[in-house]
Amino acid sequence: MVRYRKERLDRGIKVRCEDIFALSSYRETLYLLLPRALPVVALLILPMLKGVVGLYWEKVLIITCAIALLAISWDLLASVGLVSLGQALFFGAGAYLAGFFNRSFGWPPFLTIPFATLGGALCCTLLLLPVLRLRGVYFAIVTLILPLLLARVIEATKILGGTEGMSALSPLPNIWFELYVPVIALLVCLFGFRRLINEDYGLVLQGIRDNDRAVMSGAINIYRFKAQAVFMAAAAGAFAGAFMTHYYQFVGMPAFALDYSILPLTCAVLGGVGSFAGPVIGAFILVPLSELLRAFGTLRVVFYSAILIICVVGLPEGVFHYISRKYHQFERVVKIE
Amino acid sequence: MISSVIVYGLVNSVILTLIAIGFSLTFGISGVANFAYGGFYLFSGYLTWMLLNYLGLPFALAIVITVVVVGILGFLTYWVILLRVRGIVLSEVIATFALGVGMLEFFRWKGFVTYEFTLPFFIKGSIEIAGVPLDYQRLLIIGIGLAMIVFLYIFIHHTRIGLSFRGIAQNERTAISLGIESDWTAALSLALGSAMAAIAAIAILPLGIISINVGYDVLLIAVAVGIIGGLESVPGILVGSFILGYAQVITGMYIAPEWMMVVYLVAIVLVLAIKPSGIFGKFKELEERV
Repeated sequence: MVRYRKERLDRGIKVRCEDIFALSSYRETLYLLLPRALPVVALLILPMLKGVVGLYWEKVLIITCAIALLAISWDLLASVGLVSLGQALFFGAGAYLAGFFNRSFGWPPFLTIPFATLGGALCCTLLLLPVLRLRGVYFAIVTLILPLLLARVIEATKILGGTEGMSALSPLPNIWFELYVPVIALLVCLFGFRRLINEDYGLVLQGIRDNDRAVMSGAINIYRFKAQAVFMAAAAGAFAGAFMTHYYQFVGMPAFALDYSILPLTCAVLGGVGSFAGPVIGAFILVPLSELLRAFGTLRVVFYSAILIICVVGLPEGVFHYISRKYHQFERVVKIE
Repeated sequence: MISSVIVYGLVNSVILTLIAIGFSLTFGISGVANFAYGGFYLFSGYLTWMLLNYLGLPFALAIVITVVVVGILGFLTYWVILLRVRGIVLSEVIATFALGVGMLEFFRWKGFVTYEFTLPFFIKGSIEIAGVPLDYQRLLIIGIGLAMIVFLYIFIHHTRIGLSFRGIAQNERTAISLGIESDWTAALSLALGSAMAAIAAIAILPLGIISINVGYDVLLIAVAVGIIGGLESVPGILVGSFILGYAQVITGMYIAPEWMMVVYLVAIVLVLAIKPSGIFGKFKELEERV
């Protein structure tokens, strides 16, 4: 009986491009450049199409960017080995701080958003500082309940607007600002994080994920690195929150809602963990899909959960890794001798 | 005032113990993640309600059916979902968490949120203890809670299955080499934990209406008690729930009932800052504190 197996080989062009930096042809340059340039160009052009696709879908684009920011913030934490089940914590911290600055001090959006981003990141880092000693599941548990608890605390103590939230906040200056700020923030975070994780600094972060005791034995203070990673991830999430506060001109307890925890997580798992591009792809698949399913109401969360379970159990690789494998390698069937 | 704090604090503590005990059995003692715990808890409540109101079964039969069905559901959760991601702790957590959220939101979508969703008391009426009126249901909860603690203690310390639960949590490979069927044991612990969630739900839910947020609260309580007492020890669960239970009742009596949720947050942050493995946590200490 003749048996066959699948064999995967790197494409020749990939092998040539791998270490040689003096590229010899347009084809090779394009091979490297296209997957990076295409999404950038697409993202920059999308806001200009607002006459074509209508304002509704431009609104979806803004929400998608916010969720994508939360998803890559999740991915950054995951590459340090910290798995967060509560991205809503970052989102809510940024959202509430922006609302608070705007309401209490009357600051305009271009002041509140940066301050809420930094302040929210600082608050989250301080809140998570005692938890950083925990690993894996224990960290996940704590992050899962923190946003739920904070929402309860706000409900109970009636600070920051209590159950009604804060409304009638300053709107963003104009539509171009509304559209381009999240897009550019997403691109900066995406390529910034990708660069960061491949630097020496990022290698330390990945080392902490893979074997933290080995990193400690290299005389590196891993808590400092973890805290810095949490700060960066929280800043990305808090920015999304602060921006959405001004976009909706409202901030309330929904900022800590479970949607902001489970949707970014689903995006990251669907898109592929560990690449930053994966979560963005996941967000651009899932958020528009969830807008199409808006008629189903809370049943959407059931869909996310189903997708999450199927992806975690059945397709742990993710969309991004699948695509990049197809791009870099070809497959053929060979006979087993 | 003091006597009512003591009595209601006891009731509240036992309620927390009942809620936490099933979660702690699966996650803390046998190391299998079951973040669908809140979903199972609420599902048991609705299942009993449906059995009573749609099929008109007697209450006792409905209870037995619910406990058995939820136990089987827990077993299937392991066999269908968790078996495929066993060992990848993260995927286990994400998959069960998603399952729980999915269940809860499904019930929300079905519209199971109105005031008509209540379970009946086992026995109506009340007695007075030290000048504090206490209804029989709460008294019964204390009884069930104590019985469960005794059961759990004997079960995990003195029976073969209970010892094998702890075995696979401590070192799965060694456990396998000693002839413990790892998958079977893990599935069984999930089934038992889910059945305990069902018992807790049937005992506690008559005190209020069944609402979706209860499901999230249950997970929150289970985790908070586990963090404070130490996830893997029975005395830890007991001490954790008594600290939280009394702290809550005192806060509710002397400050304001709305502040009761703040107690969890303060307690968790304090314990994590001072002793991350919990008050009674022992063998996992080295693993969780890097």
